[in-house]
Amino acid sequence: MTASQTESAAAAPDQAAAPREFGPGFMLACQVALGVSLLLMWQGVSGRLVDNFFISNPIDVGRRLFEWISNGSLFLHMWATVYATTLGFIIGSVGGIILGVWLGVSPFTGRLLNPYLNALNALPKVALAPLFVLWFGLGIESKVALAAVLVLFLVFLNTYAGVREVDQDLIDGARLMRATRAQVITKVIIPSALSWMFAGLKISVPYALIGAVLGEMIAANRGLGYLVQFSGSQFDTAGVFAVLIVIALLAVALNHLVELAQYRMQKWRVVGN
Amino acid sequence: MINLQHISKTFRKQTETVEAVRDINLTIERKEIVAIIGPSGCGKSTLLNMIAGLYPPSSGSVVYKGKHVTDVNTDVGYMTQKDNLLPWRTVLENIAFPLELAGVARSERAARAAEVIKHVGLDGFEHRYAHELSGGMRKRACLARMMLYGSETALLDEPFAALDAQLKLAMHDLLMRLAAETEQTVVLVTHDLMEAVTLADRVLVCTRRPATIALEHRIDLKRPRDVLNVRFTNEFKDHYDLLWERLRVEYHEDRV
Repeated sequence: MTASQTESAAAAPDQAAAPREFGPGFMLACQVALGVSLLLMWQGVSGRLVDNFFISNPIDVGRRLFEWISNGSLFLHMWATVYATTLGFIIGSVGGIILGVWLGVSPFTGRLLNPYLNALNALPKVALAPLFVLWFGLGIESKVALAAVLVLFLVFLNTYAGVREVDQDLIDGARLMRATRAQVITKVIIPSALSWMFAGLKISVPYALIGAVLGEMIAANRGLGYLVQFSGSQFDTAGVFAVLIVIALLAVALNHLVELAQYRMQKWRVVGN
Repeated sequence: MINLQHISKTFRKQTETVEAVRDINLTIERKEIVAIIGPSGCGKSTLLNMIAGLYPPSSGSVVYKGKHVTDVNTDVGYMTQKDNLLPWRTVLENIAFPLELAGVARSERAARAAEVIKHVGLDGFEHRYAHELSGGMRKRACLARMMLYGSETALLDEPFAALDAQLKLAMHDLLMRLAAETEQTVVLVTHDLMEAVTLADRVLVCTRRPATIALEHRIDLKRPRDVLNVRFTNEFKDHYDLLWERLRVEYHEDRV
């Protein structure tokens, strides 16, 4: 497609030149330039047009970050959040996949539980936080639970949809070749729904982080959520921004990890993915 | 060997009811090649699905080797126009799939699969995925898989409909060779009369929906047949004309 487009453009010299292809290096340079100019603007505006109290400034934020890094406290909080996110993500994904496959292959149970699952799904899961604090205490467990619940529903819904979407002809084909029910599930249904599961896992990564951070904001003594909450309550805007940057970087890193895993595990690229 | 006794099938979709098959009686002998021909969407595929036991007839019964078919019939191999190769598996893994299901060890699977792969002329493509193959190669893979599964009956539902004329001939040749070697019973559903006469011992003409059998005709062309040239003989033409005469009525009525 691209080749034929360039060819046709080359064949018609009186036409305007084809849109320039930007090399990755050039684009990266532009992106860095944009980031730097935004930071400069921020620094310029702060204290002149907008009170430093509200938006802080990049230098203060950087200083705060450096301070937390050098005394090591940032890593303690980061580790708490990463731990809760990862554990919540794992528990939620495993639960969601099991639930999705199970309900997907048992039409009766699937339909039986349908209204209840819909109701639970419609419920803002964050509202469960007080309950989790009550059940699991102020420690890491309540954050894990919140992250897990958020992930579970997303992964479940995707897995369920994926299992329902499996080509019936493939299932029939396997059954005609004497596949047992377990074989149909492990060798046809799950591989076929894999791309849906991955889509679910991928979109739920940021939610795992949201769950963990929210849990920490509600009641905790460590974690990035706790830190952002604490900084806010101390009117430390620079601190809040510093934590926000760390959370954003963390989210980006997690997304990259998921993409890497998907690339490794799924040699066969699904149509529409 | 396959015995259809007064089978009918009606589908209900909410308020709509569609009668796909009406009162078909049919006996297919072992090692026979039977072609069922009729207008598109007349219920031929429904018939095969019932022989495969994928769903039961609304009335009547399917008897396979003296036993009523009540669940999936694992003695048959089923091949449809849409080749049901598993897209996440390579050709080799797809062809060896029935052995894998049966719990055959990996090394033996690979050895036996390699043999049939060579037989259908797919050697060199073992590690490709289905979407990397041409339509004809996918059909070959399906035939190889069916061979390896060792089904005694092959149900073919317009398997070569999507192929071009030359490729079709090559596939006809391959199919006839394999069927003769493995002594398979073949039930072929098609809307291609040329294909039906070339391959079959017996051709059944179906009416448009609901499918009933309008005409049964024996093709006594000697075997082995030369798929390329058999169509130019006078006997072939006689069979063809006779069947087309009846088939034309169905197509004509279809248009009204």
